[in-house]
Amino acid sequence: MLAYLFRRLFAAAVMLVVIIMVVFGIFFLVPKWAGVDIASSFVGKQADPAAVEAVRQKLGLSDPIYSQVWEFFKGIFAGRTYAGGGDVTHCAAPCFGYSFRSEQAIWPVLTDRFPVTLALALGAAVLWLVLGMAAGVLSALKRGSFWDRGAMVVALAGVSLPVYFTGMASLAVFAFGLDWLDARYVPLTDSFTGWFGGLILPWITLAFLYAAMYARITRATMLEILGEDYIRTARAKGLREQTVIGKHAMRSTMTPILTMLGMDLGALIGGAILTETTFNLPGLGQAVLNAIKNQDLPVILGVTLITSLAVLIANLVVDVLYAVIDPRVRLA
Amino acid sequence: MSDKADDKAVNIPAQSEGTVITKGDAAPGETLLKVTGLQKHFPIKKGLLQRQVGAVRAVDGLDFEVKSGETLGVVGESGCGKSTMGRLITRLLEPTAGTVEFEGTDITHLGVGGMRPLRRDMQMIFQDPYSSLNPRHTIGTIVSAPFRLQGVEPEGGVKKEVQRLLSVVGLSPEHYNRYPHEFSGGQRQRIGIARALALSPKLVVADEPVSALDVSIQAQVVNLLDDLQRELGLTYVIIAHDLSVVRHVSDRIAVMYLGKIVELADREQLYKSPMHPYTKALLSAVPIPDPARRGAKSERILLKGDVPSPISPPAGCRFHTRCWKATEICRTTEPPLAELRPGQQVACHHPENFADQAPQDVVLLSDAKEAAELVSEEALAASAETSAAVAAEVESGGPDTEASKDGAAKTAPGAAEDGAAKTAPEAAEGTAEEK
Amino acid sequence: MTDLSKSGAAVGEPTGTSPAPTAFLEVRDLKVHFPTDDGLVKSVDGLTFQLEKGKTLGIVGESGSGKSVTSLGIMGLHTAGQYGKRKAQISGEIWLDGTELLSADPEEVRKLRGRQMAMIFQDPLSALHPYYTIGQQIVEAYRIHHPVDKKTARRRAVEMLDRVGIPQPDKRVDSYPHEFSGGMRQRAMIAMSLVNNPELLIADEPTTALDVTVQAQILDLIRDLQKEFGSAVIVITHDLGVVAELADDLLVMYGGRCIERGPAEKVFYEPRHPYTWGLLGSMPRLDRDQQERLIPVKGSPPSLINIPSGCAFNPRCPYADVPKDNVTRTVRPELTEIGSKHWAACHMTQEQRERIWTEEIAPKL
Repeated sequence: MLAYLFRRLFAAAVMLVVIIMVVFGIFFLVPKWAGVDIASSFVGKQADPAAVEAVRQKLGLSDPIYSQVWEFFKGIFAGRTYAGGGDVTHCAAPCFGYSFRSEQAIWPVLTDRFPVTLALALGAAVLWLVLGMAAGVLSALKRGSFWDRGAMVVALAGVSLPVYFTGMASLAVFAFGLDWLDARYVPLTDSFTGWFGGLILPWITLAFLYAAMYARITRATMLEILGEDYIRTARAKGLREQTVIGKHAMRSTMTPILTMLGMDLGALIGGAILTETTFNLPGLGQAVLNAIKNQDLPVILGVTLITSLAVLIANLVVDVLYAVIDPRVRLA
Repeated sequence: MSDKADDKAVNIPAQSEGTVITKGDAAPGETLLKVTGLQKHFPIKKGLLQRQVGAVRAVDGLDFEVKSGETLGVVGESGCGKSTMGRLITRLLEPTAGTVEFEGTDITHLGVGGMRPLRRDMQMIFQDPYSSLNPRHTIGTIVSAPFRLQGVEPEGGVKKEVQRLLSVVGLSPEHYNRYPHEFSGGQRQRIGIARALALSPKLVVADEPVSALDVSIQAQVVNLLDDLQRELGLTYVIIAHDLSVVRHVSDRIAVMYLGKIVELADREQLYKSPMHPYTKALLSAVPIPDPARRGAKSERILLKGDVPSPISPPAGCRFHTRCWKATEICRTTEPPLAELRPGQQVACHHPENFADQAPQDVVLLSDAKEAAELVSEEALAASAETSAAVAAEVESGGPDTEASKDGAAKTAPGAAEDGAAKTAPEAAEGTAEEK
Repeated sequence: MTDLSKSGAAVGEPTGTSPAPTAFLEVRDLKVHFPTDDGLVKSVDGLTFQLEKGKTLGIVGESGSGKSVTSLGIMGLHTAGQYGKRKAQISGEIWLDGTELLSADPEEVRKLRGRQMAMIFQDPLSALHPYYTIGQQIVEAYRIHHPVDKKTARRRAVEMLDRVGIPQPDKRVDSYPHEFSGGMRQRAMIAMSLVNNPELLIADEPTTALDVTVQAQILDLIRDLQKEFGSAVIVITHDLGVVAELADDLLVMYGGRCIERGPAEKVFYEPRHPYTWGLLGSMPRLDRDQQERLIPVKGSPPSLINIPSGCAFNPRCPYADVPKDNVTRTVRPELTEIGSKHWAACHMTQEQRERIWTEEIAPKL
């Protein structure tokens, strides 16, 4: 088990380096090939040539790509000083880049906004896992019943309705129509109930999409597992039906769900951007959307890196959970 | 449909034992397939760099020949490499070492293109009639596939030829446009056979052709294979785990254990007087459908434990960890596959039913003593007796008399205290009488 | 259904059913039908037999003959945990030690499962849960029927593993099924099914997934354990060799019905049904001199949705025209006693069958 953990950790570290290089390549190398001046995109199209030249010097954009990557890496651990065009900008470690557009370091922006996205994502994940699996198991056990069909119709709706639609609809009904909730984001440090109240609709909106998918997967997996020989063995031992389902069948059903969870946590950021926009949450998604609008490259780079890191960690956790559930995985 | 075919099959006059054997002689000395030193190791790779940390030695040095018109049966337990062997000789797998010669041509390293013309002469029948037929294709498409692949236009057209093949295997020509799911297991296996026969191959390799079928259907397919061989002069290599089926269909039989052939002999000899202890154990393990012999433990040799891993097979004789006759030499020296009796090759230092090959080595390994506890005393005694008797025979006839005789007399006590006491004098008597 | 006390033979007569039997296990006119979109699948269609403690009954038949469905029916596994599906229709009576199982409270039957009746399945790899250790699975089976702590149950598990011949049982108890070889897994499975000393053991194709040398080990083990525990055993298999090794009595099934039943010697040496002849003739045998040709049964097993009218075997029977008036195709033959404890269901007269067997079939086997 320990060896397995080390292997996974090592693989994750390797993966992280690869991601940074790939992201770097996409942001710095590809524009170069395409003949786009990167420096200008760091300052904005209408910037004067002097400012562009200053950025070019500050970032060492004329240097070979590997030295740029190296500088970036070094910045993460040691901080970085940008000098050029007559002025000096310091970016303290961990330096994930500097936005010359908004004249601020990226890292504080990320640390500011990351918790919001994390809260949104984790809260939604818990919600969709619980709802999705519960609905899936119930549907499987009552296959063909009214409940099963109803749940699957709702699930189909959940899969097919876009987040902004369900988001808008829930806002219209619960926040503005019924006035049950205040649809403003309040930081957790200010007030728990305010924070919770502000996030509950985003959670439900985001979770609805995934819960639907998870319900369908859970139902299908559960039905398959219930046909397994070892479930018959469990019954032949004289186990109570709740043990057969709750222990033997559930543990097996977890495996494909975990696999899916690992992948979905990566794809989640897309859903989160839409949700954050719909609910006006100050998260990474919103930051990235603004950055794209303003062509603020360093922010996009920083957000990409931080989310890759989050996905990597999430997958590491999933891998470990996987091994906990299925002993055969530990050997592989 | 199939009913008709069965009637037809039953009505073919029974052939006598003699003709079955002469069938092999029809093309005397003509070797169709020759395998030398055949090996297949599947590498085990580990880590990020996928470096090789070991190998599954699935097939580890096989030498045998298949003569035109005969049936070679290959038996062994799961993991012995028999299926890998089948795929190697039909070149569905690339051997790690050794050569495969088909009609005198070395086909060991022929590429896909080089093999194509040979695919006509060499066909395979697979175990599972459910997964080996594409469910989306009609029977006509499936059986005519070989014609398309080889670009052959049979006389009278593909459809007519396919319908003829269907009737040969006992299906109705009207089945041409049906799909596999409309057929039962036995009928599907017939379809697989029809496909294999399409290009009138010389060699048919059948991997567990009947093991997925019900008993009554098994018999239909076994009879069909028999009839086809007689009518078309086919040569078979039949790989199976069922010793009764293999005995029924084969002229010669190879017994495999952990990637090696431990015994290769004519059918009658192998079943009447097996020489390798593993063969003997294997034969004795087959449950006999006769309640009177229930629990006839005296005849049964139970092997202890499981087959060792083919990743690190035991040194020396691979069977020594489970053999009740194993001595030091078995642990250190690998016995060669040698023809001890005409038509019977065996790889063993201390064969059953024959003179001991390493008579100087008499001290049993501790493993062997444990293994012997599972073998009834009657079996041990009987074995010692026959060995001694053969030794005596050899002594009276052959020149290296002393060694053999001493060997038999000495090993007997090692094998079974009780039996030895009885047998040694008997052996001596036998010798005296002979002289 | 009336309350049934568990005091054995002296049980009062439940309303609507015949008197409680004296045999340890008695199955009467068992029918298991499954409704499907294509029609009613009559997997078992009227099966009757008895079994005493310490005896072994072999149920033989080809795939789809209803032999496995019978065993699951006795265990009550057609009704337990069948969610939302169209439920199996089960009728008849199953008396186990004086209790009628089909009319009993499902919770009572659950308590009997694993304790009084246990089962060994065909493929031990798929029949054991891959995520739990062998020990955990045996402990679970023990504790559901015995209120003991985990330690005691674990000791019991180790003891059972030792009994079925698993080396170093105190270590192997913590292994997972995938760490065992096929033979070891089946031993573990047997240990698990015997952990509560069941009085009835059902082995469904216990050795089909195993190699022949391992099969010999397992058959030996089952025989020894039966002697030791004195349980009643039902062995379900398609392999007549396995049955001959273990069974005292034999029941041959075809198309969901019993077509011949009797002491093993009778059924092997004086079979009185053409299908039994067919099974015997289909088998290549190691104990006989080489047969020239096998004598297969023509055609394929019947569809259980559309069982042939009359005798289910009539389309495949070479002697279907021996009885007069086409009776084989119109009237279903009843199981009739043709000798001491020997039953067969065939329209041919006893004399006809005896003659065919001795003159036509036996010499060719």
